[in-house]
Amino acid sequence: MLDLIHDYWLYFLVGQYPQGPLGGVAVTVLLAALALLLAMPVGLLLGLARVSTIAALRRPVTVLVYLVRGIPLLLMVFWIYFFLPTVTGHKTDQFSTMLIALVVFDGVYLAEIVRAGIQGVPRGQYEAARALGLAHRKAMRRVILPQALRSMLPSLVNQFVSTIKATSLGYIIGLTEASFIATQVNSQVFVHPTAVYLLLSLTYFVLCFGLSRFAFALEKRLARRALPHMARSPGSPTASAASNA
Amino acid sequence: MPGFDLPLLLHGQYHDWLVAGLLVSLKLAGLTIACALPLAIAVALLRLSPHRGLQWIGASYVELIRNVPLIAHLLFWYFGAPELLPDRVKERLYAGNYEFVAAAIGLTLYAAAFMAENIRSGIRAIPAVQFEAARALGLGFVAAMRRVVLPQALRVTVPPLLSQTVILWNDTSIATVIGVGEMMYQAARVETASFRSAEAFGFVTAAYLAGSLALTAVAGWIHRRWPVRTL
Amino acid sequence: MIQFNQVNKWYGDYHALVDIDETIAKGEVVVVCGPSGSGKSTLIRTINRLEAIESGSITFDGEDIHRRGVDLNRLRSRIGFVFQQFNLFPHLTVLQNCTLAPIEVGGARPAQAHQKAMALLDRVGLAHKADAWPAELSGGQQQRVAIARALAMEPPVMLFDEPTSALDPEMVGEVLLVMQGLVRDGMTLVVVTHEMGFARDVAHRVLFMDQGRILERAEPHAFFNHPQHPRAQQFLADIRTPFARAP
Repeated sequence: MLDLIHDYWLYFLVGQYPQGPLGGVAVTVLLAALALLLAMPVGLLLGLARVSTIAALRRPVTVLVYLVRGIPLLLMVFWIYFFLPTVTGHKTDQFSTMLIALVVFDGVYLAEIVRAGIQGVPRGQYEAARALGLAHRKAMRRVILPQALRSMLPSLVNQFVSTIKATSLGYIIGLTEASFIATQVNSQVFVHPTAVYLLLSLTYFVLCFGLSRFAFALEKRLARRALPHMARSPGSPTASAASNA
Repeated sequence: MPGFDLPLLLHGQYHDWLVAGLLVSLKLAGLTIACALPLAIAVALLRLSPHRGLQWIGASYVELIRNVPLIAHLLFWYFGAPELLPDRVKERLYAGNYEFVAAAIGLTLYAAAFMAENIRSGIRAIPAVQFEAARALGLGFVAAMRRVVLPQALRVTVPPLLSQTVILWNDTSIATVIGVGEMMYQAARVETASFRSAEAFGFVTAAYLAGSLALTAVAGWIHRRWPVRTL
Repeated sequence: MIQFNQVNKWYGDYHALVDIDETIAKGEVVVVCGPSGSGKSTLIRTINRLEAIESGSITFDGEDIHRRGVDLNRLRSRIGFVFQQFNLFPHLTVLQNCTLAPIEVGGARPAQAHQKAMALLDRVGLAHKADAWPAELSGGQQQRVAIARALAMEPPVMLFDEPTSALDPEMVGEVLLVMQGLVRDGMTLVVVTHEMGFARDVAHRVLFMDQGRILERAEPHAFFNHPQHPRAQQFLADIRTPFARAP
C-alpha cells in the first residue's frame, strides 16, 4: 500500500496537471466548491420564492423541487450530457455537465436551507428592530439576515459535504475526478484493487468527516451565542405572543 | 430534432430492455430495504445503549459509511473486496451475478447508516420525562417503552424513513457503475443503440418519479392519519 | 402627548379594540391593566404602529401617526418600546445593541453613540456588562439592557408591554426599580403590567380594560380602593383572593 501511495499520490491529487487537464481530488474539491458558490444565488432566489405570498412564484418552484428531489441526480446528469447536445447543437463537456447538474441539485437544497434560516429568526427580532426606528431594509440587513446566515452555516457546510460526494457521479460520464483517477490507477496496477479503493474511500472520509466535524463545531458555537427561541415553537409554554393581551 | 417516438417505448426490443431494467431496479431496492431496516435498528440501538464501547461501534459505523460516496462503496465491494478471497471463490463470484450482490451489499450498508440516524433521532425526540412519567405510574421498562415511548417515536420516525426510502430508490441508479442491469444501465444502452435519448430517459424519469411521488404520497397519508401529537 | 380618537381594531371578525378614546399627557405615568385578552398589549402596540387600526385616529405629539407621508421610522425612533420577551439582538454585544439605532437611524458617530450608550448602561446598572453577549445575561439583566437600548434614541415617551411577565420573581424588582428611576426623571410612561404594586406606588393613572374597551380610568388610590365598574371589582377581587369564588 505504501508503494501505491508513493507512486500515485500526485496523480491522485491533481491528475495529469500541468501536463494535462486537472484531475483527481483537486477536481472533486474545485467542482464542489464552484457548484455550491454558483448555487447560492439560485438557492436564495428559489428560497424566497418558496416563502412568497404570490402563488405564481411559489407554485412552479414547488413543482421544481419535487421534480429534482424525485429523480436520481445521475439521471439529471444523463439528461444534460446526452440530451442537451441535441437541443443546443454542441456537446457539453463533462465538467460543465456536472457543474450544471450540481448547481440545480444544490440550488434546490439551498432553497430549503435559506427558507428555514429566515423563518427561524423569531418575529420579535424584526419587531424590536422596527420599533427602534430601523427601516425594513436596514432591519433585514443588520438584524435578521446576520442571524439567519449564522444559523444556516452548519447546514451550508453539510451541503458542501453532500456536494463533494455527488461529484463522484462524474466518474460515470468520464470526468477525471477522484473516483475516476482511482480506477485509472487500479487498471495500471491491477493487482491491488483492495488497497486502491480503500485509499479512495479513506480520502473521501478524511475530507467529508473533517468538514462535518467543522459543521458540528460551528453549530455548538452558534448555540452558545443564541438566545432560546421562545416565541417560535408552537409547543412551548411561553408561546403566547406579546401581542395577545 | 425528430419527434418523440412513443411506440418505441411500448413494444419491441428497447421496450423489453427498459422494462427488464425497471424490474432489476425494483428488485434491488426491495432487497436493500428489507436488509437495511433491521441493520439500521441494530445500529441505532448500539448508539443509544448505555455502554460506551457499543456506542462507539455504532458511531464509527455511521461516520465511516456516511462520509464516503456510494460509488466508492460499490467500487470497493465489486473490485476491491473479492481480492481478499481465495482465487477459486473469486472466480465463481465473477462468473455469477456478483455485480447485483455487490450493489446490494453496498446499498444496504449505505442506506442503513442513514436510516439508523433517523431512528435514533426519532427515539431521542421523545423527551426522557415521558419515560419517567410512565415509570412513575408503575409501568415496567418494557411496558413503558411499548405503550408510551415507542408509539410516539414511531410516528416521528416514519416520515424521515420514507424520505430515506425515496433516496434509496433513486440511489439504485448508481449500481450502473459496476454493471448492474438496472434502469439507468438499460437507458444508456438504448441511447447508444438508437440515439433516442429523450425516449429512453423519459421512460426512466417517469419510473423514478412514479416511485418517489408514490412514496411521498404514502408518507403524507401516514402523517395525516397518524399525526405526531405534541404538547 | 398621545391621543386616541374613536380607535377601533379588528382581527378578522374579532373586535380587539372598541371605541378607544384616551389622552395621555406629557410626564404622565399610565398603567394599563386587565384580564388576558382584554386588548392591553394591542392598545400600546398601536401607538408605534406595530399593530394597525381599522378606524379612528391616533396622534403623537400633535401629529396623526397614520397620515400619508408620515416618516414611520422617525416616529418609531421617538417612541421607546420595551417587549415582554426583551428581544435583544443575540448576534450583537450589549453595547452594540444600544448603539445600533443611534448610528443607523440617528446618524450619530460611533464614538458619540458609544459614550451615550455607556452612560445609559450605567444608569441601568450594567456598564460592566457592555461587552457581554445577551445569551450570557439573566432575564432581568437582559430586560434592563432592553430599556437602555430603547432609551438610546432619547425618546420623549416609553412604552412597556408586560416588561416583567417573562421574568423569574426575584428579578422583577430590579426592572421595576429602573422604571421607577425613569419616572423620577420625568419620563412619560405607558405600562401594560400585572404588577399591581408598581401601579399603586408609581402610576399617576390606571386604565382598566376588558374585551377591547377601557372600562375604568382612575387614580391608583381610587381604583384599588373604590373600583366603580363591576368588571373591575371582579378583577381586583380575583387578584386578592383567587380561591374565594362562589361555586
